[in-house]
Amino acid sequence: MEPLAANTFWTSLVIIFISAAFTDNILLARFLGMCSCLGVSKKVDTSLGLGAAVIFVTACTTALNYLVYHYLLVPLGLEFLRLITFIIVIAAFTQLVEMIVERFSPTLYNALGIFLPLITVNCAILGISLFMLNKPYHFGQSLAFGLGGGFGWFLAITLIGGIREKIKESALPPGLAGPGITLIIIGIMSLAFIGFSGMIKI
Amino acid sequence: MIIPVLVAITFLTGTGIVLSLLLIIAEKKILNYGLCTIDINSGQRALTLSGGNSLLASLAENGIFIPSACGGRGSCAYCKVRILAGGGVIGPVEEPYLTPQDRQNRIRLACQVKVRNDLQIEIPRELFTVKKFNAVVSRKRALTHDIFELRLQLIDPPVIDFIAGQYVQLESEEYKGRDAVMRAYSMSSVPSDREVIELIIRKVPEGIMTTWIFDYLKEGQKIRFSGPYGEFFLRDTQAPIIFIAGGSGMSPIYSIIRDMIAKNMRREAIYFFGALTQADLFYLDELHRIEQQQAWFRFIPSLSREPEGTDWGGERGIITQTLTKFKPDCRGHEAYLCGSPGLIEASNKTLIAAGIDPACIYYDKFA
Repeated sequence: MEPLAANTFWTSLVIIFISAAFTDNILLARFLGMCSCLGVSKKVDTSLGLGAAVIFVTACTTALNYLVYHYLLVPLGLEFLRLITFIIVIAAFTQLVEMIVERFSPTLYNALGIFLPLITVNCAILGISLFMLNKPYHFGQSLAFGLGGGFGWFLAITLIGGIREKIKESALPPGLAGPGITLIIIGIMSLAFIGFSGMIKI
Repeated sequence: MIIPVLVAITFLTGTGIVLSLLLIIAEKKILNYGLCTIDINSGQRALTLSGGNSLLASLAENGIFIPSACGGRGSCAYCKVRILAGGGVIGPVEEPYLTPQDRQNRIRLACQVKVRNDLQIEIPRELFTVKKFNAVVSRKRALTHDIFELRLQLIDPPVIDFIAGQYVQLESEEYKGRDAVMRAYSMSSVPSDREVIELIIRKVPEGIMTTWIFDYLKEGQKIRFSGPYGEFFLRDTQAPIIFIAGGSGMSPIYSIIRDMIAKNMRREAIYFFGALTQADLFYLDELHRIEQQQAWFRFIPSLSREPEGTDWGGERGIITQTLTKFKPDCRGHEAYLCGSPGLIEASNKTLIAAGIDPACIYYDKFA
């Protein structure tokens, strides 16, 4: 069978999106973005908020970083600076978005804006920007990869949030309560997600 | 070899500068809320300032200091204010700290409310006179094994105006990984001594502030505090007074009594002071001297755990028993209490049972 990515433009975008979200889930397969996930996933509401903010920021910063990398770093021969440049771009972008959201939509600010400072140092977002460079993607495909990666993180934290809400009342051994049981849950979920691996090749 | 290094450095500095400039411009343009007016206590005072900061910081810039122990991080919930209009929706940070009653009364955390438009707020009137002080520790001495007296010489501003019975908030410094905190202590000095304040502080085991005061703070060291706060002061009536205090609760009462002498107020007053043993008593000589010189004043220390057969000739038993013994009938009296929550609760019950009007019992709730 032909690799699916060789299909038409739109199909390749869909496939990249799905593979980034499921088979290559940034949180469950790569274990990135764990700190904010453990901190915020106590409730589904906040998980949804942070997840949505991550989708938005990953999609935008992947696109931005793609442009910065291919039109600034490569021509200048500074590829080795990509890590620090990406961090600066991500930090500046989240700051800017936070200001804009705060000014123009207090409701959105209360739902999403307060999570933006958390995202500035979320390694999942930096990870997605860096992984994008390992693959021969063009701009559209990179955007799909960013969106998919963000969506995968959103999905994972929402699921974890849901499970944590369910087990809140359960009688856990004291040593396991809190982050302990959460990490075990994440481990089991990660096994489930690894079941997807190999289904799509990109 | 040198050129790629220079290119890299120039590129990084350039990106840094461009993005920082962008953010600074954006902050000026986007987060510019223009001039906002904060109306305090329906017209008592109106502030006009440029928006964008938290309400707590905006008020502090204008010399109104809302008590805040965490410095605006939304973790102490001391800075509750009533916002009548313009506060916006309750944010997720302050949500856990607001009781249903708070929400009904439109109480918010001043550190979490941003000034984005005109606001109408209500704050206790006393906060208008609250100032921040720089002082230096001029004396630190032990009164008992766990109670210290701290004397602070004011530097800037050089004098303080307060009513006997009010308290200040001391700021600790960071030590051994403990954060700087603020804690409230009543002043034991008299208001006529305007250049110094004295505080009586009991060591709390593992307490962040008291450990700092006892183990780290030295004579001659600088210290900061804000104040005066509090509604605990003598009411202007002629009713006979019952003072009840325990431990470091001595502080405001000692100030009030000496202020009464200075002002030549000859209101009948009886002071019940509770302690465990003789070793926990302090200012005994001073108070007995006042008792001898002032016919209107009686001082009755009461020890609850003094062993039998010692040379203690005073009262024994918990303070409420002694209170009942000396004042079986408290009708028409005013009571001023300072001490642990347990002492206040027990005294409240005993006083009300003895016929006092509950509205005439006064105490601070910061223990």
